[in-house]
Amino acid sequence: MQKYSIFSLIKNAFTNHENWEVAWKDPEPKKEYDVVIVGGGGHGLATAYYLAKEHKITNVAILEKGWIGGGNVGRNTTILRSNYMWDANGLFYEYGMKLWENLSQELNYNVMYSPRGIINLAHSDAQLNTYSRRGNSMRLNGIDAMMLGRDELKKMIPFADFSSSARFPIFGGLMQPRGGTARHDAVAWGYARQADSMGVDIIQHCEVTGFEVQNGKIKSVQTSRGNIQTKKVGLCVAGSTSLLAEKLNMKLPIESHVLQACVSEPVKPFLDHVVTFGAGHFYCSQSDKGEMVMGGDLDGYNSYAQRGNLPTLQHVLSEGVAMFPNLSRLKMLRTWGGIMDMSMDGSPIIDKTHIEGLYLNCGWCYGGFKATPVSGWTFAYTIAQDQPHDLNSKFKLNRFSSGHLIDEKGVGTKTWIG
Amino acid sequence: MLEIKCPYCGKRSQNEFSYGGDASVKRPALEKEISDKEWDDFVYFRKNPRGKHLELWHHVSGCRQWFKVSRDTTTHEIYKTSKINEE
Repeated sequence: MQKYSIFSLIKNAFTNHENWEVAWKDPEPKKEYDVVIVGGGGHGLATAYYLAKEHKITNVAILEKGWIGGGNVGRNTTILRSNYMWDANGLFYEYGMKLWENLSQELNYNVMYSPRGIINLAHSDAQLNTYSRRGNSMRLNGIDAMMLGRDELKKMIPFADFSSSARFPIFGGLMQPRGGTARHDAVAWGYARQADSMGVDIIQHCEVTGFEVQNGKIKSVQTSRGNIQTKKVGLCVAGSTSLLAEKLNMKLPIESHVLQACVSEPVKPFLDHVVTFGAGHFYCSQSDKGEMVMGGDLDGYNSYAQRGNLPTLQHVLSEGVAMFPNLSRLKMLRTWGGIMDMSMDGSPIIDKTHIEGLYLNCGWCYGGFKATPVSGWTFAYTIAQDQPHDLNSKFKLNRFSSGHLIDEKGVGTKTWIG
Repeated sequence: MLEIKCPYCGKRSQNEFSYGGDASVKRPALEKEISDKEWDDFVYFRKNPRGKHLELWHHVSGCRQWFKVSRDTTTHEIYKTSKINEE
C-alpha cells in the first residue's frame, strides 16, 4: 500500500494527482470467508481492520448494501467523548479515546482528531451537583474531567447567554478536555483502506437477503450477489439490525428512530469547543469550514426514513438559540437524518447470540460515532475469541432479562421520560 | 409534519401528540404465572418493523385520549387511526 505523506503528496503533484493508487479495491465476493461482517459503516470497517491487525484473521468480507460510509458514520455530529459515570461505559469509551488519540498515525490517514474539549452546561445548583458526581466518577476511572465556574465559561464561550434575562442561566459546567471531534468520513475511509491492504474484501452494493442456520450454527449468508459460506457473521448494521434479526427469527430490545442533525452557513471562528445544553437536548460545535454543526432530540416515533420532520428541528434549534442567542441570525445550510438503533436502556449491545457464529453489535443510540474504534476493537475480539472482552462484557444481550441494565441516563427509546 | 386524525377530535398537527410505542405488545395476564423471559419480551423486545406499524399515540395537548395509529415507518403515511378498544 502506498504510504500517505508530504513526500507522496509532492510526488503526485507532478503528475496532476492522476496516479494515486485506489484506496480500496472493488472485489467480487468469494465463495467462502472465515468471517463475514454485515455493514460497511464505521463499526463494520473498524471490526474488519482489528480482526486483521489484532487477530490475524484476514479472510474477511464486509458486505455493504449501499456504499461504505454512507450511513450513520457520515451522518453524525462527529463528537468524541468518554464522559460517562458508570464503569461499564466509562472504561469502554475511555479505551476508545486512547485509540482515537493515535488513530491518524495508526491508519496513516488524517482523521482530523481535534481534542477541543466538550463542555456540558449546568443550569441549576442541582445539575452542578450531579455533574460533579459524574466528574468524580470519571476521574476515579482515570478519565479527565474538570468543573468550570460561570466566570471561566464566560471567557471560554463568550457568545453563550450570560445575560440576566437568560431563560436558563448558566451556573457552570463539566468539561472533558480530551473530548472533541474527528472527521467522520475520514474514519470510515481510513479503516477501509487499511483493512483492504491487509486482505479484507470490501464488497459494496451487496445486500444480505438471508442466512442459513443449521443445528444452531451459521452456515452461510445469502446476498444479492450470491451465497457466501462462512462460520462467523458479525452484524454491524445500526438502525437496520432488527430487519436482519427478523430473518433469523430474533426479536431485539431495539427500536429504530430517526435523529436529525444540521449545519448552518459557515461563519468566522465563533465556538472553540463542543458545547451541550443542560436544560434540554442540544449540542453544537463549529466545523473547520466554519459551519455550526448541531443536533439534539430524536423525532420521537419509530422511523426508517433517513430524513426528519420540521417540528423536531424547530424544537432543537430553539434550545440552541436559548443557549447561543446569536445562532438565530444564521441561515441553515443542510439538515439530514440517520436511523438510530435505540436500545431500551440507552447502552449498546456487543455480544454473542444463541446462534453459534452469530455476533451482534448494535444499540448505539445517539453515540455510535465516538465508539467506532473501541466498538471495532472489542467486536473483533469477541468474534475472534468467541467470547466478549472485559471491556464489552457488560454490554450483553441478556442484560434486559437479568436486570443488569446500563441505564447511564435512564433514557432508551422513550427519551421524553428522561 | 405529520397530520394525525385523533378519533375523538379529528385531524390535528403532530405537535399536539406524543408517542407511545408499539401497540401490538400485550401485557401478560395478571393472574398468570410468567417467566422472566415473557416479562422481558413484554417490557423490552419489539418487532421494530420497516413498513406498517401499529402504534399508540396520546393526544396530550388535546383531548388527552390514547388511541391507535397504523403508520408506515418509512413513508410516514398514516393508514388508519382507531380508538383503543377498536380493531
